Amino acid sequence: MKPAPFAYHRPGSLADALAILAGDPDAKVLAGGQSLVPLLSMRLAAPSALVDINALPGLADITVTDGRVRVGALARHAAVLASEEVRRHQPLLALALAHVAHATIRNRGTSVGSIVHADPSAELPAVLALLDGALEVASVRGTRVIPASELFVGPLESALEHDEIATAALFPVLPAGAGVAFEEIARRHGDYAMCGVAAVVDGDSVKAAYVSVSEVPTVVDLTGVPDADLGEAALARLDPADDIHATAAYRAELVRVLTERVVARARGEAAA
Amino acid sequence: MSPDTSTEERHEVVLTVNGVAHEVSLPARRLLSDALRHDLGLTGTHVGCEHGVCGACTVLLDGAPVRACLVLAVQCEGVEVTTVEGLGGPDGSLSPVQQAFAECHGLQCGFCTPGFLTTVTAGLRDNPTPTHEEAREMVAGNLCRCTGYQNIVKAVERAAVIAGDATAEEAR
Amino acid sequence: MTTKLMGQGVQRVEDQRLLRGQGRFVDDVLVGQGTLHVAVLRSPHAHARIRDIDVSGVLDVEGVHAVWTYDDLAGLAPNMADPLPLLIPHPALTQGRTQYALAKDEVNYVGEAVAFVVAEDRYLAEDAVGRIQVDYELLPPVVGIEAARAADQLVHPDVPGNVAARLVQDTGAPGELEAAMAAAPHRLSLDLTVERSACTPLEGRGTVARWDPDTNRMTVWSSTQTSTGVRAVVAAKLGLDLGQVDVVTPDVGGGFGVKINHPWPEELLVPLAARALGRPVKFTEDRREHFISSAHERGQLQHIEVGFDDDGRLQALEVTFWHDHGAYIPYGLIVPIITSTQLLGPYKPRVYRVTFESLYTNTVMVTPYRGAGRPQGCYAMERTMDAIAAYLGKDRTEVRAANFIQPDEFPYDQRMTFQDGRELEYDSGDYPAMLEKIKALIGWEEFPRFREEMAAQGRQVGIGLACYVEGTGVGPYEGAHVHIETSGKVKVATGLTSQGQGHQTAFAQLVADELGVRFEDVEVVTGDTRRMAYAVGTFASRAAVMSGSAIHLAAKRAKEKVLRIAAEALEASEDDLEIVDGIVSVRGTTAHIDLGTIAVLSNPLRYAFDERSKLATQFSVGDPGKPPVAEDDEPGLEGKDFYSPERSTFASGMHAVIVETDPRTAEIKILKYAVVHDCGNLINPMIVEGQIHGGVAQGVGGALYERMVYDESGQLLNASFMDFLMPYVTEVPDGIAIDHLETPSPLNPLGIKGAGEAGVIPSAAVFASAISDAEGFPITAMPISPSDLFQLRRTLTEEPS
Repeated sequence: MKPAPFAYHRPGSLADALAILAGDPDAKVLAGGQSLVPLLSMRLAAPSALVDINALPGLADITVTDGRVRVGALARHAAVLASEEVRRHQPLLALALAHVAHATIRNRGTSVGSIVHADPSAELPAVLALLDGALEVASVRGTRVIPASELFVGPLESALEHDEIATAALFPVLPAGAGVAFEEIARRHGDYAMCGVAAVVDGDSVKAAYVSVSEVPTVVDLTGVPDADLGEAALARLDPADDIHATAAYRAELVRVLTERVVARARGEAAA
Repeated sequence: MSPDTSTEERHEVVLTVNGVAHEVSLPARRLLSDALRHDLGLTGTHVGCEHGVCGACTVLLDGAPVRACLVLAVQCEGVEVTTVEGLGGPDGSLSPVQQAFAECHGLQCGFCTPGFLTTVTAGLRDNPTPTHEEAREMVAGNLCRCTGYQNIVKAVERAAVIAGDATAEEAR
Repeated sequence: MTTKLMGQGVQRVEDQRLLRGQGRFVDDVLVGQGTLHVAVLRSPHAHARIRDIDVSGVLDVEGVHAVWTYDDLAGLAPNMADPLPLLIPHPALTQGRTQYALAKDEVNYVGEAVAFVVAEDRYLAEDAVGRIQVDYELLPPVVGIEAARAADQLVHPDVPGNVAARLVQDTGAPGELEAAMAAAPHRLSLDLTVERSACTPLEGRGTVARWDPDTNRMTVWSSTQTSTGVRAVVAAKLGLDLGQVDVVTPDVGGGFGVKINHPWPEELLVPLAARALGRPVKFTEDRREHFISSAHERGQLQHIEVGFDDDGRLQALEVTFWHDHGAYIPYGLIVPIITSTQLLGPYKPRVYRVTFESLYTNTVMVTPYRGAGRPQGCYAMERTMDAIAAYLGKDRTEVRAANFIQPDEFPYDQRMTFQDGRELEYDSGDYPAMLEKIKALIGWEEFPRFREEMAAQGRQVGIGLACYVEGTGVGPYEGAHVHIETSGKVKVATGLTSQGQGHQTAFAQLVADELGVRFEDVEVVTGDTRRMAYAVGTFASRAAVMSGSAIHLAAKRAKEKVLRIAAEALEASEDDLEIVDGIVSVRGTTAHIDLGTIAVLSNPLRYAFDERSKLATQFSVGDPGKPPVAEDDEPGLEGKDFYSPERSTFASGMHAVIVETDPRTAEIKILKYAVVHDCGNLINPMIVEGQIHGGVAQGVGGALYERMVYDESGQLLNASFMDFLMPYVTEVPDGIAIDHLETPSPLNPLGIKGAGEAGVIPSAAVFASAISDAEGFPITAMPISPSDLFQLRRTLTEEPS
């Protein structure tokens, strides 16, 4: 299990990084590498070149401005998780990040990288989708902001063009009086969840987003749904599938149980 | 068909490991775990899965535990790498964490041990007095097939005591 | 008087180097030094004919030194063209098939070695492997026991029914079982399943070899559980004399059984390449390779017919099971024989008949994994005990107690032939006492109240119990060599290998006790054929019993010589001498001599090499009227001996667990785990408890998390640590209550029994018992996941039986 050869670039500026990426259609961006490097080692991915963005300045910043938590492309999960500001302004991020793999992986893995990877079993894409956040991306052609609703196109497939680098993720801050909750059930602590649910309750509005039970992170509006029907209402929009760890029927049951629990908890947080 | 590798570019890298700078010439794809073991001969860091799950290869990068199999060696220029070989005292004495693993029988075959030692060293630095739950959580990302973890958790708790005593001693 | 070390939790000497990163595992050997690296092309198909292999262009890759396929082997060493050995022949194994070092004409499992590449490093070797083109003609694969039994397709065209062997053992006369079954007041039948799992040590397989053309010698380092086994087969296959081959087992990063199988293809190809290329060569297995090209275990289907009386006493027990041994059967019938015999546990059915078929499938082969067939046997018997208890409405412990062999019945002959070809005769034990201990430890009597309390909170809990007996310390023998050097330090060698059991510590304790030397002065080497050429290996919980006994005997011999020479030097009677901390003294006097000096005196010298050795030179010692070395004596202060028992010694144990199952999510949580264990006299209780901890965790994995998931085409879907769910600390019980019982074995001088495998044996049984208890319906397939349990609940609600 060793990577195939590739060229390696470690540009010092975003412009250089974008130029290299634009010039090589088989190049890939390397940030935290916690998903990419195993794929390289298993030779499931064999890019011609890696553009290592770890030397780019300013990308590790985590800031709260204009009603949004802005997480830079090089901010490690651990840094986001540890940020008091993030916890205060968008507690859902910390709640979800605590479930991302193990601490050692969070020390290196980046939150933006996890979003770009667009794994439907990952927590952060669901969080971004639920909060109606967005991704800032740059290319030699300019910059743009991709709303979460347009970002996740398929399993492991995002709307980023090949020559684009995600520079930051934007998570709207939690409105005063709103409440959030996150819970998931995994085979082992730290594994990808068999099912995970994030919920936000704001006044009458109740929304939930799901991990591992649909091909792309799916947000379900549960506003006005009676408590007893929450699970079924969610399932109407989801597509749990069989895999080696859980049957579709079991995942569906987890959707029911977790939706009830997480919505109740988010309501509790909202009331608090 | 794999690409032709005969012209593979090599990169000149200075790896600073346990305070010692090593100049090495490496292909970009060399994993940090392999560079430490094969290029620097620091074989204390072990490789158990090469996909980031087992934790045996955990080293400290600027003090933070990271899987050495998920980092390229060329990325580590300018980073302070600490491996198991660098945990003990300069006089060859065991660190509190190493000492505690010996006292508590926290290892059997010893293959996963270096990853636990580096992880716990950083963990106790950040949280010198863990609760029992925190002690378990501290080692929750590392696999061990021999010990059933019982004595590893005891060793974490014991290491906190040894380190605490040492700190108290110094303060006097 | 020195404190006796046997029975003390002495800290391990191994730890000092392992904790500093100074262990020497096989991949740490010959780093740099011109060592070449190996990668292997493995079959991507479960069953296929090889039409053609095209390696052209591979050698053109810079840094590639060799690429071999089957066709190259005969030219490198004629015996390499033969199949790998069938290690343990058995008269019932009429259709034994083993693989070739590199596939010849066909492949029979995903992962089978097809081509072998040697290059400057592993990266380049993998690049080269990627360039090899193989033209396969796909054949229909046989996956799973049902498919193997149906035999619509055959794994090996010349093996009818996919059956390698069928073996029957019957403790009764012809017709006796049928009569007893018919006469039994009650009868039940059960169908049970156990799925595949695997050892998955953190270190995979690995082999390094160096050929020295100056001395015509091969040195092989291998991560093995048998260095002498590897040595014999390397010599045989490479056409070398045994004396030309040294095998050294370095530190081994866990074995758990998988490393007892040998030779792996790479274990032969690596030394072959080292000789052919004139450079050291290294193979280090990666994790994916470990899943698809080493070995698995456990998979069985079982059918049980049992007749019993009103107290639950077994009147007739008939077990039939089908054992999946994968594509090849190099390790013979050991695993199913152990299942079939050790199934009996602490019980004594009036008559027992067992029949098994060992079946070929197009999957990774099966060789022993910690417990080696016992977990399946224990599961079959303990599920049966629970079924009987449920049927009779009796407490599960009561039914077991009614069937126990009693303490005054030892030795107890089970009237079966065990895995070593010898009688299944239990040497000692006290099962009723053990049952009382486990009930107390887990809180068996208090459990109903706890269940009620939990039910009041809407929580659902269950308690389970499982008992086992484990034949440990199988033969044929182990040996030991004890050498007291002139420094007074004691060097000990035994041939079996170590993979984390703390042998260097436990064995040193025995030597320190017997010789009266300081523990720190004893150094133990294991698994090095240069130090001990005769040995068997580390498996079947045999190291402490076999090598422990041999070391004890060898130390005794060395001590006899110490006392003889000391008596002469001190002009005293041997009976008046005592040895403490390496000093021999005459009791009640100040006369003494140290072991180093005795070592000097034991070796008459012509040439002095230091001050003290002058004592032994020809003008200093010796009776001119006698030869310097007496006719029946040897120079040097050494002792060597072998231990070869008539039969195995039988350890035993009982586990109990309390689990909670979530009524909705079916998550299974362990609330309490308790173990009572009897491995006779303990050498080092700290190490024994560590073995139990590890076994229990491995058992939790095997019962609740781990399985090998093959699809119908024979692809292993979870060949990684991402999807093969080895437990982290978060999945194992937080605390394991342990109590010991020590019924010494009468078979060996130290009264010890093996302890290595015990912790894992009752896991499937004890969890099935507890989950059944929580759920109120029988669990008949293990392992069980929350998803499985959920589906089971659903099936039972939808189709009430």
